[in-house]
Amino acid sequence: MDTSERGSLDQVKHVVLVLSGKGGVGKSTITTELALAFRHSGRKVGILDVDLCGPSIPRMLRVGKPEVHQCDAGWVPVYADPQQQLALMSIGFLMEDPDEAVVWRGPKKSALIGQFVSDVAWGELDVLLVDTPPGTSDEHLSVLENLRKHKVDGAVLVTTPQAVSTGDVRREITFCKKTDVKILGIVENMSGFVCPHCSECSNIFSKGGGEELAKLTGSVFLGSVPLDPLLTASLEEGRDFLQAFPESSTYTAISDIAKTLLSNLES
Amino acid sequence: MADVPSDAPEHCPGTSSDQAGKTSACQGCPNQNTCASGAVKAPDPAIEEIRLKMTSVKHKILVLSGKGGVGKSTFSAHLSHALASDDSTEVALLDVDICGPSIPKMMGLEGEQVHQSGSGWSPVYVEDNLAVMSIGFLLSSPDDAVIWRGPKKNGMIKQFLRDVDWGEVDYLIVDTPPGTSDEHLSIVQYLSSAGIDGAVIITTPQEVSLQDVRKEIRFCEKVKLPIIGVIENMSGFVCPKCKNTSQIFPPTTGGAQRMCEELNLPLLGRVPLDPRIGKSCDEGKSFLTEVPDSPAAMAYQSIIRKIKDYCSHSSIKGSVTVDLE
Ligand SMILES: Nc1ncnc2c1ncn2[C@@H]1O[C@H](COP(=O)(O)OP(=O)(O)O)[C@@H](O)[C@H]1O
Ligand SMILES: Nc1ncnc2c1ncn2[C@@H]1O[C@H](COP(=O)(O)OP(=O)(O)O)[C@@H](O)[C@H]1O
Ligand code: SF4
Ligand SMILES: [Mg+2]
Ligand SMILES: [Mg+2]
Ligand SMILES: [Zn+2]
Repeated sequence: MDTSERGSLDQVKHVVLVLSGKGGVGKSTITTELALAFRHSGRKVGILDVDLCGPSIPRMLRVGKPEVHQCDAGWVPVYADPQQQLALMSIGFLMEDPDEAVVWRGPKKSALIGQFVSDVAWGELDVLLVDTPPGTSDEHLSVLENLRKHKVDGAVLVTTPQAVSTGDVRREITFCKKTDVKILGIVENMSGFVCPHCSECSNIFSKGGGEELAKLTGSVFLGSVPLDPLLTASLEEGRDFLQAFPESSTYTAISDIAKTLLSNLES
Repeated sequence: MADVPSDAPEHCPGTSSDQAGKTSACQGCPNQNTCASGAVKAPDPAIEEIRLKMTSVKHKILVLSGKGGVGKSTFSAHLSHALASDDSTEVALLDVDICGPSIPKMMGLEGEQVHQSGSGWSPVYVEDNLAVMSIGFLLSSPDDAVIWRGPKKNGMIKQFLRDVDWGEVDYLIVDTPPGTSDEHLSIVQYLSSAGIDGAVIITTPQEVSLQDVRKEIRFCEKVKLPIIGVIENMSGFVCPKCKNTSQIFPPTTGGAQRMCEELNLPLLGRVPLDPRIGKSCDEGKSFLTEVPDSPAAMAYQSIIRKIKDYCSHSSIKGSVTVDLE
């Protein structure tokens, strides 16, 4: 078998990038929650984390730092659950010391991403989500270049409501257009905070910017997710938020987004 | 020779890289022989040119964080405003976030363009004593994406340092993107002979952010960049109605305080979440003059005093050596 035949993505039905020009807007959070939501609706899901300088996925799914094994078909992904329905690959698994800085310039990052795309034995997956770092640079170009040989369904863009963030996402939209990546929709994250003491809603990072941006650019608006300390806490501990807080409005927001996205993908 | 000559292919690793002339991209490039000979790998002459340029700049401060969205640009902008509130202090703010420049918007300079003058690019002035430079001033529309690989970003940073007509400056504040990659290596490398006073590290209280910030601190150690201190931003939110505090980004592992104790670094202060900060940034105004008596503004002021104090005692020597590739 030559490497191209080993095509690790052959049995992957859908590939979705999670992008945002801006950092800290919740790309990794949304990636994690979408993956959990898809798995709860019976899909087999993978997450490829190409944020090489700041990988968050291992912690958010509490997989720690397991050994990555090699098999005939390539690297075996790390499974977040005993049923092996949620497969992960991240640079976090390849580092001895979690505090070690990956001080790499672009070409070295590109090389690892090339390996991530071609050498992970994902097996059969319904959806592969790709979590990305902020920006429009080496990681983004490399992951697209390598995924091109297969198929990319498109990108979900995450933004927070304020103009400083939507400004960066506008640039990311230009990136998608230039690189021919379909925009599957925009998610507005950290939209409004309801005080747990008096129920007053404060728009800490403003409100409505994501929806406005969707209108302005003719993109699908997938929905907004409120600022919810329980969500941060769940991700800190690697707890499944969707399982733990099914009554919260954040739960409804996330599952609606996941449902819309999944039905768009599978239609 | 530039880092990426205009006739080089897309994947050019940069002429000053260890891989110059040797990668698969170099096959067929007209410069391959020169690059492979190592002739261009000699120390970049720009480092010396930048040292000369920077002799008119007294203090240089980098604002860093491994994590995005923690408030690096917000802090850089407000540090610059605060320093420039003293008319006799000349301040320059340089934005090296090439793919996600926030400084033009935060400084109320969106749509401004740089001008070419006899002595180089002129920065854009907010006030007489506050000069700003960002790639945002070189783009024709706010939708323009800078889809560049590392070497091209490095070339831009070199130009910002070497070719901008900064004049006499008391403080040069450098806002950076998240991570520990090209932009960070380049700014440290290019300023290596000029010398940097130190870095201010920004984090938010939760572990997802701290785990990336620890990497950034490792980076500083590796490149021997002194750390002025750490700021914990978005530290608690006081409900405007009932005045109760919520930890929206909870310090599940002890926050910046514990990290600073463990790594023996000064914690410069904590800045709470305040919706008026985001609003001021979106409107390009200084939160410090908009709401000067707020707890967040007072926290900023106290942190800025500590930074000024640090700089007045620091004697920078151009001693940073970087040999990472
Ligand atoms: N809706 C939300 N409510 C509360 N906290 C959130 C929310 N979305 C994200 N966070 C928290 O904000 C921080 C940044 O999110 P993250 O997903 O790491 O952003 P990115 O991947 O875009 O850098 C994380 O600590 C995360 O837990
Ligand atoms: N203490 C704070 N309270 C409320 N909003 C803040 C605070 N600090 C920063 N922000 C807002 O958070 C967003 C991210 O900050 P920014 O400075 O752009 O982060 P970075 O440069 O680290 O990516 C901006 O919209 C900013 O206005
Ligand atoms: S030979 Fe290689 S390093 Fe040199 S300019 Fe060409 S592509 Fe760049
Ligand atoms: Mg992330
Ligand atoms: Mg920034
Ligand atoms: Zn309240």
